[in-house]
Amino acid sequence: MIRLEKRPQPSRAFSLATPVLAVLATMFFGGLLFAALGKDPLVAIKTIFWDPLFGEFAFFYRPQLLIKGAPLVLIAIGLSLGFKAGIWNIGAEGQYIMGALFGAAVGLAFYPAQSVFIFPLMVLAGAFGGWIWAMIPALLKVRFGTNEILVSLMLVYVAEQFLASMSLGLLKNPEGFGFPGSRNLQQYESAFNADIIEGSGMHWGVVAAFIAVILAYVLLTKHRLGFAIRVTGEAPRAARFSGVNPARLVLFCLGMSGLLAGLAGLFEVSGPAGQVTIDFNVGYGFTAIIVAFLGRLHPVGILLAGLLMALTYIGGDIAQSNLGLPAAAIQVFQGMLLFFLLALDMFTNYRLRFGRGEVA
Amino acid sequence: MDLSAINPVLFIAGFLVAATPLIFAAIGELVVEKSGTLNLGVEGMMITGAICGFAIAVETGSPLLGFVAAAVGGALLSLLFAFLTQITLANQVASGLALTLFGLGLSSLLGQSYVGIKPPRLGDINFGPLADIPVIGPILFTHDIILYLGFLLVAAVWAVLKFTRAGLVLRAVGESHDAAHALGYKVVRIRTLAIMFGGACAGVGGAYISLIRVPQWTEGMTAGVGWIALALVVFASWKPWRLLLGAYLFGGITQLQLNLQGAGVAIPVEYLAMSPYVITIVVLVILSRDKSAAPASLGRTFHAST
Repeated sequence: MIRLEKRPQPSRAFSLATPVLAVLATMFFGGLLFAALGKDPLVAIKTIFWDPLFGEFAFFYRPQLLIKGAPLVLIAIGLSLGFKAGIWNIGAEGQYIMGALFGAAVGLAFYPAQSVFIFPLMVLAGAFGGWIWAMIPALLKVRFGTNEILVSLMLVYVAEQFLASMSLGLLKNPEGFGFPGSRNLQQYESAFNADIIEGSGMHWGVVAAFIAVILAYVLLTKHRLGFAIRVTGEAPRAARFSGVNPARLVLFCLGMSGLLAGLAGLFEVSGPAGQVTIDFNVGYGFTAIIVAFLGRLHPVGILLAGLLMALTYIGGDIAQSNLGLPAAAIQVFQGMLLFFLLALDMFTNYRLRFGRGEVA
Repeated sequence: MDLSAINPVLFIAGFLVAATPLIFAAIGELVVEKSGTLNLGVEGMMITGAICGFAIAVETGSPLLGFVAAAVGGALLSLLFAFLTQITLANQVASGLALTLFGLGLSSLLGQSYVGIKPPRLGDINFGPLADIPVIGPILFTHDIILYLGFLLVAAVWAVLKFTRAGLVLRAVGESHDAAHALGYKVVRIRTLAIMFGGACAGVGGAYISLIRVPQWTEGMTAGVGWIALALVVFASWKPWRLLLGAYLFGGITQLQLNLQGAGVAIPVEYLAMSPYVITIVVLVILSRDKSAAPASLGRTFHAST
């Protein structure tokens, strides 16, 4: 008979090994899935994980890694702060949309003036948009004890409708021949989040993501607030005795994750996406949840996990066009990854004991 | 704008239909939460049920078989959640989210060849002369069997929880898994069964959307109904009849905003479409101060430390 025994200390080795094992397990079962869809599993896996990095057209795909990875990392860093403390913001997708809308609106308001101050103003507005959207569940939780999971998620649907309204109404391109969507910010120099080094994929969002990783690392390891976050997650009662103010922590964690998600949205809409359209958001806010867990809620882990997840997006696109693998298969693949991760995580906190357990 | 375009009788009959997916998903989740488990994967199980039901109904030509398949599909998916939270003791919030993300992907994968197809129709029950009663007839007696089943399910869950031994054991597990375990009840087994029941109900709720309410298949068509169902359980204070009332309230709002869109009210369509979500938040705020009704072990991981 097998039973579980709680480890006195979480195993560090397993904590590090779990994501790797989860990725391998996902590759294996994902391969089975691809085979079931009538594709050669080995070719599919190679297309997804190898070709974007080292294949024939890798020079084209490698910058994409930064472009797709940056929003994921930015959002996931913010989410991880809350997740660590047991504060669940799962509405990052909505905050991402609002950040993009606020930022783009500021930029479009100045059109066609050119000034170096426009882009920084847009960044501020984007951060503010995400922050204010996250403050709704935060304030409701602090003031009324409302469940932040449900409120933040409901606000995603509200934000999506708001986006639709904006791209068909207020922010619509007046010279767009009636097509929905705003002016293209890529053609508006002062508002364009261009590559810092041409063709490298390194835009300001990538820089912001790296800064976020570093700041989050410092916050969690060196700062009192980071300590408060960790204690609250592991032992909420002990946290209160050690003088942590739970309300302020909720406001900080939700606000911070909203702010970062808003930034991610702004950098996306002013750079790679270029314009506000009805469906410019592609679910980064939800995928970032997987990234946060895959990265073990650790800033460096999240950086790696974000790049890996970006790889599955890019590889998925290639597999879609070259092998005809449906886009949904990649979504299933990403979902599987989270499953294996959560399941294998058991070994971090528990160990298996074989032999007969005595009756309690 | 022409409000007279809204026929009150059709409106009420319509909101009973709109409420049914919510009733199924929420009553299932209520049982799950009563057993002390928080499954945030309702949306994922609903959408999986929606496509399983749709596919089987189209392939076999029988909507009822479709609903059976939806229940099986939802329950199978929920087994994944049960495995994660009961066997490998994973965090319930994270596992539920995983279930939703996975379910959304899986459903659009399964549904690829079903876009744009019309499913076979499930006929209304023939109540004979009852349906001819003015006003009441068209409101109450012109529906399909699943709608009535939803109502009966609420009554059954209420009765089982309140009057039977099985219900007592389920509640005991939800209030204190340690005490229930000490009394010799199989906590993991009971919770797994509750989770599967919740999955089956969510599946049927999803299939009601794809087979009857809409009826066709589009990706992500449940559009947050699973999440509203979760909110519904909270503001029903885990009480079946209040849940039914809440579901009708939301069915009413959904139907009203659709009717207003149709009637060409001066409010833009997008703002009408966001109203059910905004109202969910408002009601959550008003009713979430009283947390005393929540099962005491809700969301906590059970590990028998023998």
